[in-house]
Amino acid sequence: MTGKLSLRGVRKSFGDTEVIRGIDLDVGEGEMVCLIGASGSGKSTLLRCINLLEPVDDGTIRLDGVDIAEPGLDPRPVRRRIGIVFQSYNLFPHMTAAENAMLAPRRVHGRDRAALMGPVTALFRRFGLADRMDHYPDQLSGGQQQRVAIIRALAMEPEIMLFDEITSALDPELVGEVLDVLRQLHRDGMTMILATHEMGFARELADKVCFLDGGVILEQGPPSSLFSAPSQQRTRAFLSRVL
Amino acid sequence: MTETHGTVSAAPAVRPTRRATYEARVRRRSTTVAALSTAAVLLAVVVLVPMAPGWEAVKRSFFDAEVFARTFPGLLNAFLLDIAIFAWCAPLIALTGLAIALCRDVRSPALFPLRMFGAVYTDIFRGLPVILVVYLIGFGIPGLGLPRPWNSPYIWGSLALILVYSAYVAEVIRSGIDSIHQSQRSAAASLGLSEADTMRYVVLPQALRNVMPANMNLLIALQKDVALLSFIGPVEIFRQAGVYKSLMANFTPYVGAALIFLAITIPATRYADYLLNRQRRRQR
Repeated sequence: MTGKLSLRGVRKSFGDTEVIRGIDLDVGEGEMVCLIGASGSGKSTLLRCINLLEPVDDGTIRLDGVDIAEPGLDPRPVRRRIGIVFQSYNLFPHMTAAENAMLAPRRVHGRDRAALMGPVTALFRRFGLADRMDHYPDQLSGGQQQRVAIIRALAMEPEIMLFDEITSALDPELVGEVLDVLRQLHRDGMTMILATHEMGFARELADKVCFLDGGVILEQGPPSSLFSAPSQQRTRAFLSRVL
Repeated sequence: MTETHGTVSAAPAVRPTRRATYEARVRRRSTTVAALSTAAVLLAVVVLVPMAPGWEAVKRSFFDAEVFARTFPGLLNAFLLDIAIFAWCAPLIALTGLAIALCRDVRSPALFPLRMFGAVYTDIFRGLPVILVVYLIGFGIPGLGLPRPWNSPYIWGSLALILVYSAYVAEVIRSGIDSIHQSQRSAAASLGLSEADTMRYVVLPQALRNVMPANMNLLIALQKDVALLSFIGPVEIFRQAGVYKSLMANFTPYVGAALIFLAITIPATRYADYLLNRQRRRQR
C-alpha cells in the first residue's frame, strides 16, 4: 500500500544547481502533508514537479500507482487531477472572480457557464465570497484573492491540492481567513501537500511534517514528534529559529 | 467620530497648510514665467518673420485667402478618399498583424516554417521605406498586365500599406505578449489549459490591452501615410492639392491639406496620450 501519491528518488536541476536531490515521499488519501524548511530548500520546486510544471530529471512520481514523471508524457491530464495554488495568487486580472474559476472547467471539461454556475457559486459561498463573484482581482484584498485562487483550483475538482506558501504574501491579519479554508478542505477529506512557514498550523493539522534541507527530506514524521523531539541537529536549528 | 472627521477635513479650506501656501506661490510664479516667455517668442515670430526679404512672396504663394476659400471644399472632398482607404486598411492591418505576431509565438517544431515566415516578414517590411513598398507593389503588380479591376492602384496601394503596417503592428503585439508574466502562463497550465487556450483566454486579452496606446500611434501614422498612395494614381487630398497648385500657380492648397490632416491627427494623438497615461496610472 503506497497511498495516493508516491515519490521515489525524485531529482531536479536548474542548470548546474541540483535543487531536488533524491526525494522519497508517500501521501495517503485524505492526508495533509506539510513541507517545512528554509527558503531555497526545494519546497516550491518539489510542488511544481508534482504538478509537472517543472519536468523532473530522474525518479518516479506515482499517482494512484501510475508513473506521471515519465518523460514525454502529456502533462495536461495529470494537471487536471492535481491543483496548485501559488504564493502570488496569479489570478487572471482581466476576468472577474467567477470567470477565473469557470475558465478551466469550460475549456478543459467543455462544460457551459449555465451548468457551472451552480457548483461555482456553491464554492464561493462555502468560502465566504458569494458577494465577491463579480469583482475583479484588483478589487479584492490579498486574502480574498488567495481564496479565489483556491476556488479556481477546486473548480476543476482535483484529487490532490498543492499549496505553495500561500500565506507568505499576505498581511498577518489576512492569514487566518486563508488557513480557515485549508482547515475546511482537510476536514472534507482533500489530499493536500503544503509548503508552509506557518508552523503553528502545521503542528495543529498536519498528518505528516517533512523537513527539507538542501534538496532532501532530512527528517519526516507526525508533527507531535518532529516538532517536540527532532532527531536531526539541522532540524533543531531550523525550528529554534522559526518557533 | 463623524464630527471629528468633518472638522479635520474642513481645516485646509479654512487655513491652507504651509505646504499648500508654498506650492500655490510656486505655481503662480511658473505660470507667469511661462506666459511671459511664450509672449516673447510669439512677438519675435510676428515681428521677425515679416522682416525676411522673401516674406511678401511667401505670403502670396502660401497664405492666399482667396485661393484657400476656393480650394478648401475640393480638398475636403478628396480627403474622403483618404478616410475610405484608411477605413478598409486598418481592420485588415489589425488582423494580419495579429496573425503574424501569433506566427512568431508558435512553439511546435512542425510549425517552425510559420515562425520563420513571421520573422522574415517583419524583418523585410519594417526594413523598407513605405514609399518604396508602395512603388514596388503599386507599379510592379499591375505591370503584370492584370485585367480590370485587378490592375487598380487602390488594391495594390492598399496592399502595400497593409504589408508594411501589419509588420509594425505584429511587433507591437509581440512585445505585448512578451510583457505578460510567465506566472500567468504557469497558472493557466496548472489548470490543464492547452497552449492555444492559454494564449486566447489568458495572454492575448491582457497583451492587447497593454499595447492599445502603441497601436493607436501606428493608426495615426497610417492616416498620414495614406497620402503616399497619391504617387501611384489615386487622387486623394495630397494629389488634389497638387492639382490645384498647378492650376492656380499657388501653394496655399498644401496649407489647406495640412490643416485638414492636423484636424484629424492632433485629437487622435491626444487620445493616444490619454490612453497611455491612464494605463501608466493603472499599472502603478
